[in-house]
Amino acid sequence: MIPTALTALLSHWRCNGLQFFAMIAGLALATALWSGVQAINAEARASYDAAAATLGEGQFDQLLPRTGDVIDQSTYIELRRAGWQVSPVLEGRLRTEAGSVRLVGLDPLTAPGTIAPVGMQEDANFDDFLTRGVLFAASDVAESLAATVTQRVIVDPSIAPGVALSDIGVAQTLLSAERTLSRLIIASAQPIGLPALSEVAPSLVRQPAQDTGADRLTDSFHLNLTAFGLLSFAVGIFIVHGTISLAFEQRRSMVRTLRALGVPINLLIAMMISELIAFALIAGGIGVAIGYVIAAALLPNVAATLQGLYGASVAGTLELRPEWWLSGMAIAVLGTGLAAAGALWKIAQMPLLASARPRAWAVASGGTAWRLGAIAALLFVVGIGIAIWGQGLTLAFALLACVLIGAALILPLVLHGAVGFANQRARAAMWQWFWADTRQQVPGMSLALMALLLATAANVGVSTMVSSFRVTFVDFLDQRLAPELFIRVEDEALSLELEAILLTQAREVLPLLSTETEIAGVPTDLFGVRVGPTYRENWLFLEETPNVWDRVEDGRAVVVSEQLARRADLWTGDRLVIAPNLMLPIAAIVADYGNPLGQALISEAVFHELYPDLVPMSFGVRSDDPTALRDRLTTEYGVPETAITDQSRIKAFSLGVFERTFTVTGALNILTLAVAAFAILMSLLTLASIRVPQLAPAWALGLTRRKLGQLELIRAVVLAMVTTLLAIPLGLMLAWVLLSYVNVEAFGWKLPMYLFPGHYALLTLFALLAAAFAALWPAIRLARTPPSNLLKVFANDR
Amino acid sequence: MVLTVKAVTKSFPAADGDVPVLRGVSLSLDRGETLALTGESGSGKSTLLHLIGGLDRVDSGSITVGGREITKMNDTERAALRRSDVGVIFQQFNLIPSITVEANIAFQARLAGGFDADQAGRLSKALGLTEHLNKYPEALSGGQQQRVAIARTLTARPKLVLADEPTGNLDEATASEVLGQMLRLVRETGAALLIVTHSQSVARRMSRRVNLSQGHVV
Amino acid sequence: MIARALLLILWLPVQAAAQGFAGLGTDADGFAVPTPNPVFDFPKDHGAHPDYRIEWWYLTANLTGPDGTAYGIQWTLFRSALAPETREGWSDPQVWFAHAAVTTPDSHLVAERIARGGIGQAGVTVEPFAVWIDDWQMAGPSFDEVRLTARGQAFAYDLGLQAKGPLVFHGEGGFSVKSAQGQASYYYSQPFYEVTGTLTLPTGDVAVTGSAWLDREWSSQPLADTQSGWDWFSLSFDSGDKLMGFLLREDDSMSFSSATWIAPDGTTTAYPDGAFTAKPMTWHKVAGREVPTEWAVQLRDKGIDVTVTALNPDAWMAVSIPYWEGPVTVQGSHNGRGYLELTGYE
Repeated sequence: MIPTALTALLSHWRCNGLQFFAMIAGLALATALWSGVQAINAEARASYDAAAATLGEGQFDQLLPRTGDVIDQSTYIELRRAGWQVSPVLEGRLRTEAGSVRLVGLDPLTAPGTIAPVGMQEDANFDDFLTRGVLFAASDVAESLAATVTQRVIVDPSIAPGVALSDIGVAQTLLSAERTLSRLIIASAQPIGLPALSEVAPSLVRQPAQDTGADRLTDSFHLNLTAFGLLSFAVGIFIVHGTISLAFEQRRSMVRTLRALGVPINLLIAMMISELIAFALIAGGIGVAIGYVIAAALLPNVAATLQGLYGASVAGTLELRPEWWLSGMAIAVLGTGLAAAGALWKIAQMPLLASARPRAWAVASGGTAWRLGAIAALLFVVGIGIAIWGQGLTLAFALLACVLIGAALILPLVLHGAVGFANQRARAAMWQWFWADTRQQVPGMSLALMALLLATAANVGVSTMVSSFRVTFVDFLDQRLAPELFIRVEDEALSLELEAILLTQAREVLPLLSTETEIAGVPTDLFGVRVGPTYRENWLFLEETPNVWDRVEDGRAVVVSEQLARRADLWTGDRLVIAPNLMLPIAAIVADYGNPLGQALISEAVFHELYPDLVPMSFGVRSDDPTALRDRLTTEYGVPETAITDQSRIKAFSLGVFERTFTVTGALNILTLAVAAFAILMSLLTLASIRVPQLAPAWALGLTRRKLGQLELIRAVVLAMVTTLLAIPLGLMLAWVLLSYVNVEAFGWKLPMYLFPGHYALLTLFALLAAAFAALWPAIRLARTPPSNLLKVFANDR
Repeated sequence: MVLTVKAVTKSFPAADGDVPVLRGVSLSLDRGETLALTGESGSGKSTLLHLIGGLDRVDSGSITVGGREITKMNDTERAALRRSDVGVIFQQFNLIPSITVEANIAFQARLAGGFDADQAGRLSKALGLTEHLNKYPEALSGGQQQRVAIARTLTARPKLVLADEPTGNLDEATASEVLGQMLRLVRETGAALLIVTHSQSVARRMSRRVNLSQGHVV
Repeated sequence: MIARALLLILWLPVQAAAQGFAGLGTDADGFAVPTPNPVFDFPKDHGAHPDYRIEWWYLTANLTGPDGTAYGIQWTLFRSALAPETREGWSDPQVWFAHAAVTTPDSHLVAERIARGGIGQAGVTVEPFAVWIDDWQMAGPSFDEVRLTARGQAFAYDLGLQAKGPLVFHGEGGFSVKSAQGQASYYYSQPFYEVTGTLTLPTGDVAVTGSAWLDREWSSQPLADTQSGWDWFSLSFDSGDKLMGFLLREDDSMSFSSATWIAPDGTTTAYPDGAFTAKPMTWHKVAGREVPTEWAVQLRDKGIDVTVTALNPDAWMAVSIPYWEGPVTVQGSHNGRGYLELTGYE
């Protein structure tokens, strides 16, 4: 019995190849979307990790020479022999034909794990790295190096621009710096009972780890990207749901016949579930492969990224990781299950006697639209309730779910309303017919349009979020890294001397005066700032009062960070006790993403009154030509190379990373719209046959087939237009919930939201183009329908 | 008796409470008998046919097919009964559109596990379907489709054939011809036939006739 | 002690030169290989043999605190050569790494160090004798009188060692065969060190006394490629006799055994494959795997029939290539204590 029944069940697909294709392709695309977004996510992560690693020689304390810029190798050995877990670094400029490259030599045997990415690369084994000499660099640097050095050069895009990495011994040879080092990295874990550093290596000074704050920002970015990953999956689920319920609808008569012929319903359901699982696995497999191709095609610097993604370790070859497959397959099967549960339930409940006539891909006929609308309204009410009273990350995501599902469910009602309104306005008979017919189409296209709604909303949300994030990040970098160079002194006595030199050389000199204190019960870094163009031009405030910097400069006001303000429960205009005898009004609030400490800025003069003994140990320097200034400082004034940090370079690199992410989110836009367009195409194609009886009378009454085709095209665009108009506010709401609600719950601070109307207009255009493109083929098919097909409708003998 | 129906009641839920459709119907049918079940629309004749076919459940009363009381069977047992003992022919959409005419004819017998190719061949020939065997149902006219349904039902050699307006969708001439073929072949196999119809001309060609009105046999 | 060789093979991308015969002067990569009837030259041979692929100075000690609490310490320096030569500076192909551990009845503290030769961070000198990596060292005026130090994030020790007996040579005069196919190493021990010193534990300093056993071994082709792991015992009986025995486990659950009986005066009896037997009695789950931490050990020729039990069954060495190593107590026909090493348990 089973083979016979199964043959019949499966024969449906042989006769409905298009539907089969729609289902497999829909599932595959949904899986591909998921996989692709995972890839994009991972790419963003990898980029930021690379950025963080480059930004932050920051993560470890370091030992630098007190004078000069050279450490004798024997000092390193002395430290190690004293038990100190330090790792040597040698840096220097290597001349190549294409310019100079910064060569960084590391010792992989002693380097703390996260610093030495070269540790165990497969194509350059340890042996090679240690004894024969291998260099790692990004492709452009690698090219120029290959012509200069005899060592093997391996392309590794995770290495910062303009930098090459090698073993310390190789670096000493190439830089002709035998037995010398530039600095020592201090591992965070040290053995017990070590002698003091000042005893073992009095010629070195310890420079504490620096924190640019960039990683805290990126944490938030990762979370938001993950949320959008889930959203893109939801878009996929809608499509799968659509194709599967269609397939089930169309097999209703077969199910009735099979049952009437004595196939038990349980067996039928079991067979359908097995069938679905098989399809899900096939489609999931295709989807993972497509996702992989998409990732490979769209992501810049594919080799490195994919190496990270798939755990591949052989350069130039791509390898799919088992987790990747598993997650893709699981998503396909789960998504199918989710989408099919309703259809299967309906089949199980379907009375044997119900009409066997296949119905359209109907979700929301008039009554259903109202019912869905009511559920949507309920979801919105719950969402508003959560927004007002809810707290916690889980509820924040619940809010997101309410908004999204609510919006999708209310779509049929909105479409009904919009089309009904147009119908009332229509004067010409043809247009009245057009609108009435469009209204009839709404239920059939609802699912596809819901997918388009979510896809467009996701795009609006993603671009808003990423752009807002970029603007914020750039501002933040401009603010914190405004001085092109940072110069440290290790000796208080040299501070004044250095400042005097700097003042003659630089456009603006900003001494870094700070102390850790407690203000309003909050542990706070108090800064004394020399107010000048840098502060006036680069600092953006969350909230400000007039003439902020004038008042700070005159010692009449203080600028505080958002964290300090929130924890002290004070805002602009409130007065803040800075020190026992100093109380100043808050002139402005500045964002300080995720810093656990508070921050307060007062003028340099006021700071000196409070802490007369404090001398600035580092200076920010503004210069139009930082490289030249750096050279002058080192050659003419003997400032050690290692005491100067070139922030403009750090900034340029981090901005470069952002541009990469930006391109990548562009890929996400294209991907989701493509999937939504596919959903529209499939729903139109499947509706086409069912629509013949509806169109035949209009044709008989004198509308040409060409005209009918045109109207089909217009109809798709009109429906897409209404959907997109709803999607923009939805996307903005999504971004808002993520930036101001989820972020606050997850990290305790708000990410400002910026609007980009031009971009939304472009997205709308894309969405309409996608819809029109999707409708094109069905419209052409309609225009070419043989008249005999249309005539059949009127034939008595069906 | 091939079929015994005793005091069967059935009602359907509606917006304003349950609507009784059958209010205590009894009838019986013996081997080789043909019975027309007539009555106006809504008299409950199709409902009774579905109950006899085990496609729906009675509220009270009993139905016995081939000596087995189907009103006491679970879904699986009733499905098994349909495979082997009962054949159902609807007004339309009887066929599986995605398999050929030949496969459709063999289908029920195959499900029941008793396919006889000679029998199928004879029936196809008798019903004039031989040249259509490799076609798909959609390529056939309505009359031809119903002939395929008849061939499929009889190939499975059921004890009882249930037909719900089997010729209702056909023009008069075709309907008469199809009906004639069906009656002849049913008699040859010795099965009992219960046919639901609102057509007097159809009813007249049966050996017995039961009229339903307002849920009662009149 | 060849288990260490296993570690090294896993640690570095070198192929074990599993030649089925001994006697050639060098292996395929140019490393020297051990040959029978060695003539040792001391103190020179206490130092490094860079033309051999691997070498170690492997010391374990059973110690007792003032309250009678038993402790164990391990101090091991490995030399692993990427090429059979030495070079001045960072390009030296000699890589050094070391493991140190302190075992108490309820804790096991471990530290690891890695360094390169050629720059002075790690190495060996013969006169005066010194073996070191970073601040960990075993050094003294001679091999017989050394000070042993090491420290990690949570422990340190500083011990004085005094040799009270002669060197002991395993196998045939220090040529120790490791498989039926003929793999071998040079292998001698100083099992007669007396120890006094201080352990620094998270709970404070503990004065300890006891005995230590140093193994010296070097080779280039230590294991047959069918051998999967190693169970190594160094036992000191209350009678003053000592026993070194090991099982090399084969893939097919057969094993190759070897043992040396050491009389209190240092005279040795070497036993061929099969004389020494050891069978697991209790398995203990540690670091996600089962290891046998109680053994039935027999050497019929000397009437040895004892149960060897781990002082602390959680003595897992969580280093780059992890293994189990810790102090044991011995009970049965003879009583005593010693050290047990277990490798290759996945």
